[in-house]
Amino acid sequence: MMGAASTMEELIRLITLQDSNTRVVLLGAALLGLAAGIVGSFAVLRRRALVGDALAHAALPGVCVAYFVVGHRHFVMFLAGALVFGLLGVAAISLIRAHTRIKEDAALGIVLSAFFGLGITLSDLIQREPSGNRAGLETFIMGKTAGMIQQDVILIGAVAALAVGFTVMMFKEFKLLCFDREFAGSLGRPVTLIDLMLMGLIALCTVIGLPAVGAVLMAALLIIPAAAARFWTERLWVTVAVSGCIGMASGLAGVAASSLGERVAAGPMVTLAAAGCFVVSFVCAPKRGVLPDLARRVGLRRRVAQQNLLRSLYELGETSLNMRGWHSLHDVSLKRGWSAPHLERTIARAHRSGLVKKDVSEVGGRIALTERGVDEASAVVRAHRVWELYLIEQADIPADHVDRDADAIEHILPRDVLERLETKLRRLGRLPEVLPMSPHDLDHRGRQM
Amino acid sequence: MTILGFDTYDLWVIATGVVCAVACALPGCYLVLRQMSMLGDAIAHAILPGLAIAFLVTGSRDIVPMMLGAMAVGMVTAVLTSGLSRMGRMGADASMGVVFTSLFALGVILISIAARRVDLDANCVFYGLLEGAAAPSNMRSVGGVELPRSFLVLGGVLVVNITVIVLFWKELKVASFDPALATSIGINATMIHYMLMAMVAGTTVASFESVGSILVVAMLVGPGAAAHLLTDRLRWMLPIAAGVAAVSAVTGYLVASRIGTSVAGPMSIMVGLAFVLAALLSSRHGVIAKAWSRACLVLRIAQEDVLGMLYRVEEAAAGPLAASTVRAALGRPMIARAAVARLRSRAMVQGSDGGVVLTDAGRQAARRMVRTHRLWETYLTKELGLPLDHVHEPSHRAEHFITPKVERRLTEHVDAREDPHGKEIPAD
Repeated sequence: MMGAASTMEELIRLITLQDSNTRVVLLGAALLGLAAGIVGSFAVLRRRALVGDALAHAALPGVCVAYFVVGHRHFVMFLAGALVFGLLGVAAISLIRAHTRIKEDAALGIVLSAFFGLGITLSDLIQREPSGNRAGLETFIMGKTAGMIQQDVILIGAVAALAVGFTVMMFKEFKLLCFDREFAGSLGRPVTLIDLMLMGLIALCTVIGLPAVGAVLMAALLIIPAAAARFWTERLWVTVAVSGCIGMASGLAGVAASSLGERVAAGPMVTLAAAGCFVVSFVCAPKRGVLPDLARRVGLRRRVAQQNLLRSLYELGETSLNMRGWHSLHDVSLKRGWSAPHLERTIARAHRSGLVKKDVSEVGGRIALTERGVDEASAVVRAHRVWELYLIEQADIPADHVDRDADAIEHILPRDVLERLETKLRRLGRLPEVLPMSPHDLDHRGRQM
Repeated sequence: MTILGFDTYDLWVIATGVVCAVACALPGCYLVLRQMSMLGDAIAHAILPGLAIAFLVTGSRDIVPMMLGAMAVGMVTAVLTSGLSRMGRMGADASMGVVFTSLFALGVILISIAARRVDLDANCVFYGLLEGAAAPSNMRSVGGVELPRSFLVLGGVLVVNITVIVLFWKELKVASFDPALATSIGINATMIHYMLMAMVAGTTVASFESVGSILVVAMLVGPGAAAHLLTDRLRWMLPIAAGVAAVSAVTGYLVASRIGTSVAGPMSIMVGLAFVLAALLSSRHGVIAKAWSRACLVLRIAQEDVLGMLYRVEEAAAGPLAASTVRAALGRPMIARAAVARLRSRAMVQGSDGGVVLTDAGRQAARRMVRTHRLWETYLTKELGLPLDHVHEPSHRAEHFITPKVERRLTEHVDAREDPHGKEIPAD
């Protein structure tokens, strides 16, 4: 275990980039994250998230074959072999999908395991050779981020530049391909060629990342940033940019974290950093995150409950000919059929908004609409009844069938639609100037409950 | 004891491999049918942190806590995958990718922490150590018989899998093919889903210690997919998958012992090969069978077209037709050549390449072709009111597929002696 002082020292060395080795690794991981994030976002949108995983595993025998061909360890040849076999694997997957009844998922599983099995067997054979040493091959499975040297970083940088360049140049084509392949075809775009280019780019990224982070974690770099970015936006170019940034940030954070700790590999740390970004996006992203989504839903539910309460009070007032009269909670709950706690909560919220006043002196309690409450309630009742009238007049629905439909829509009817409905009904001479009376028996629901 | 040159040690290793393969293949069939094959891959990777946590908590490499930890994380993977894709509105593949890679990364880190205390080899996660299954230290005595521990564990898993599948046969079947129907007839599809997941997780955990994660994926997916190509009945799919798995395990072992490598690699290659064979050779869904029946169809249509062409030429009294003209008219010279050759061998046409003419038998067949063609043209104009210049194409296609029964009904219905172009409809 390191002392706190030396950890501080490490941290300072890291931040000031004093260590040239750390500098190289940081740069490499950041560039790899960027490239994988950009390319991965298209892969995820194409519903090919797991192709990266299959490709990464399928590439292994390529490394071994390259070893047999070249006869010694040659990094670039290893990459070339991996690329060839990765693409072969992808081709095998599409062949299976196109010519048999086997679906994509099983095709992925079969190709992944068979190719990887071949890779393991070949690497065993290399190991058995007198000069054989599979240490170089192992890195292609498990990855060794800390082992990155300048030459690797230059290669990764080139791939990243290629990824960015292609994405900028082919953005429109990739977009068409991801969202509407048939439409792209009908525009006369060479869809298959574009698809192949995208696949090639994914393969290139995967293969270049293999020695750095290994097969499984390379798949992670392709998928996680892209999946995280989807929560922030609905626009493709923003998704791609955010995904690239998340990938880059994860690369930096992961390498930094691992260089501070002891014996913790950088690859998994990079993945965990990306996973952290994903969790934050999943929970908090304002556009599609779970919490904001929940908040929106709760807000809508409360608004609907409040509007229903106001309408019930208004209708009770109509029957007793006093809009501002007091009504016992019992009457209100008969009207809505709500549970007592739900009613209590709704009344409490309406009370806080100054829409109803409460009188707790009576047994069971009673409530009445305030001035603001009456205004608000008339607006709600108006929307409800205009829609009812519209259904009766225009859709020929019997008067005793419209209440429920109107109930469902009154809360979400936009103002301009409401106005157009009113104009229309007024033109037909069906809308009184004051708030229209209910077209059906108001007690109807109360009695049924 | 020695069989085929293998001693008891080898036989136990083979038996363990076979039991493992079959135990994986059975739940794998359902994964393939439900299009969730990659879940096996995901669980096989994701259980790593479960193993590490179990080890860190108990401090021993005892099998029971490790199994429990891995099972728990396996289930977490399944739950998280479907939860993420539902709540986050993302594709199932993407959510699976996020979950299992993250868990795997966590597992690698935890193991590297644990490894400071004791060696816990991450490599055996990938490769497994089937070779060591029958090593003396791994043998357990049951009722006086020495059995490998992995064989016992995997045998138990196999028995559990078979029992679950037999007991819940109907439920699994309905839930796999039609979840909506399952729900409507009172089967809890979600329960069945998680039961299957538990089965997969348990099998994966039990298997990967001896064969490694990659072979687990191979055995989960490959045999099921191969069986899916060979039969349309679930009842047959399971035993076929089990057979494919067992054969792959045995042949994989033979190959491995011959070339002297670890066992997992060759076994997964064998599963892949078995799948390729099934994909090529299956009589119903195989690539070759489909290509063959397609080729037969193309040749039949070409022959019928040649017959029709010769009949029309004869009708117009234009004399014998050069084979080259036939080829040019048909548009596909290779197929036309084959069609003429075939017709000649069936004694439907005669004559040399310079002039091909119909024989009596050929004329008979040709008359039927032309007859159905013209009947159909008449039907299209008379009954459907299609314009005259729109009826040739559809009739040209339909003539090859009109059965005698339809032809008879057409004759009754159309009741005409001439087609809309004014050509005579040949008599029966």
